[in-house]
Amino acid sequence: MLDNVIYAWPELVQALIETFYMLILTIPIAVAIGTPLGTILFLTRPDSFLKWPKFYLILNGVVNLVRSFPFLILMIAIIPFTRLLVGTALGSTAATIPMIINAIPYFARFIEQILLDVNRGVVDAAESMGANKLQIVWKVLYTEARSGIANAITIVTVSFLSYSTVAGLVGGGGIGDFAIRYGYYRYQTDVMFVTIIIMVLFVQAFQFTGNFIVRKLDKRL
Amino acid sequence: MITLQNISKTFDTAGGPLHAVSYASLHIQQGDIYGLIGFSGAGKSTLLRTINLLERPDEGSVIVEGQDLTKLSVRELRKKRLSIGMIFQHFNLLNNLNVYDNVSFPLEIAKVSKAERKQRIENCLEMVGLLDKAKAFPAKLSGGQKQRVAIARALANNPKILLCDEPTSSVDPQTTGSILAALQEINRKLGITIVIVTHEMNVINAICNKVAVMEQGQIVEKFDLREKNIVPQSNIAQFLFKNEIVLAGEREVQYA
Repeated sequence: MLDNVIYAWPELVQALIETFYMLILTIPIAVAIGTPLGTILFLTRPDSFLKWPKFYLILNGVVNLVRSFPFLILMIAIIPFTRLLVGTALGSTAATIPMIINAIPYFARFIEQILLDVNRGVVDAAESMGANKLQIVWKVLYTEARSGIANAITIVTVSFLSYSTVAGLVGGGGIGDFAIRYGYYRYQTDVMFVTIIIMVLFVQAFQFTGNFIVRKLDKRL
Repeated sequence: MITLQNISKTFDTAGGPLHAVSYASLHIQQGDIYGLIGFSGAGKSTLLRTINLLERPDEGSVIVEGQDLTKLSVRELRKKRLSIGMIFQHFNLLNNLNVYDNVSFPLEIAKVSKAERKQRIENCLEMVGLLDKAKAFPAKLSGGQKQRVAIARALANNPKILLCDEPTSSVDPQTTGSILAALQEINRKLGITIVIVTHEMNVINAICNKVAVMEQGQIVEKFDLREKNIVPQSNIAQFLFKNEIVLAGEREVQYA
């Protein structure tokens, strides 16, 4: 029974490496761009700090627009753009382009929501002490929101582990591609089973690590 | 020290415009502990928040130490705010920072050097009796301790004025005493002018030398509490002053 698994093992390892490669590119870039984007969304909301209602309307619309693409359709739709950027639409690097494009507004929405949950009284206090807007964002909002941000990173990582499998459908490699070839084309249930176990273990590990960091960062209780 | 002239502030709410403060004028002298009393929605907190322009009045001028704050640029206003401390009903401490870092916060805003920060933080925490809690996080403190940390934080930049927005409204009566004692000490030792908003006459009686009574956005009466015979004219002031006497009377009967 294990013959199939032993035979497929090197490819499984390769697939896992590709999946992690996609995640390692996607998540940091999504966080690096999504955090300021989400912060700007928060700051320009109606009744927030910056009175730029038109700017918010446009930015909010763009975020919604990107978020409304089902991931597979986004992947296919932006193939010309992906080619332009990395020279090919195949392979793991190419697959990260739609993943990043999808992850940025997703993460930005998380940030916007997390910042909304920061107690406005603390912002009042900082303003009364003469803090400027940048100091309020940096020293107050991000300080108070840091455990929420860590939590959002955990959720996005787990979600994009899942999204990365869609990349397998269109030549992106990774664990999704592996599952299609061995589980779907060859009906190797045993290989599929091992793959699922490994994925479950990874998700558990991500979540455990994420929760641990959140607990370390959160001093509110 | 502080002069508010014909302050008006209207909020747009879902139910139409709300006239939070209407043509309120007030003069607060250096060294005063000035009380603003009224029931919920009387506009007292809004009026207090115009003193450091957390609420910018629609009309009127806010003159602090001879400067009209409404005419300052954003940058000048931020600088001015360093000399006006403020504490709040719900303390508004940064929950993810420990006590030391909370008090450090306004000093970092004011760009005070690290060595001097340490000195001032320790002085301020000592003044409110919480030096031993420097490494504790706010969640581990009682309400009274949190408010004293907030006081230390408000004092860090050596302000001349301390604004107190319902500072004792979310703590128990015993703790109220310790917070008021700390405020009185600050006023006496450091000569800081205090403006305190409250709905409790007890608070006014305990530490204020002057009081303005507010109702529906207007200042209806002002009293100098050092005067012997205070005769409140308005219904609200009569109620507030009398309320206290009735309570005291009841207590005497019970214990007799």
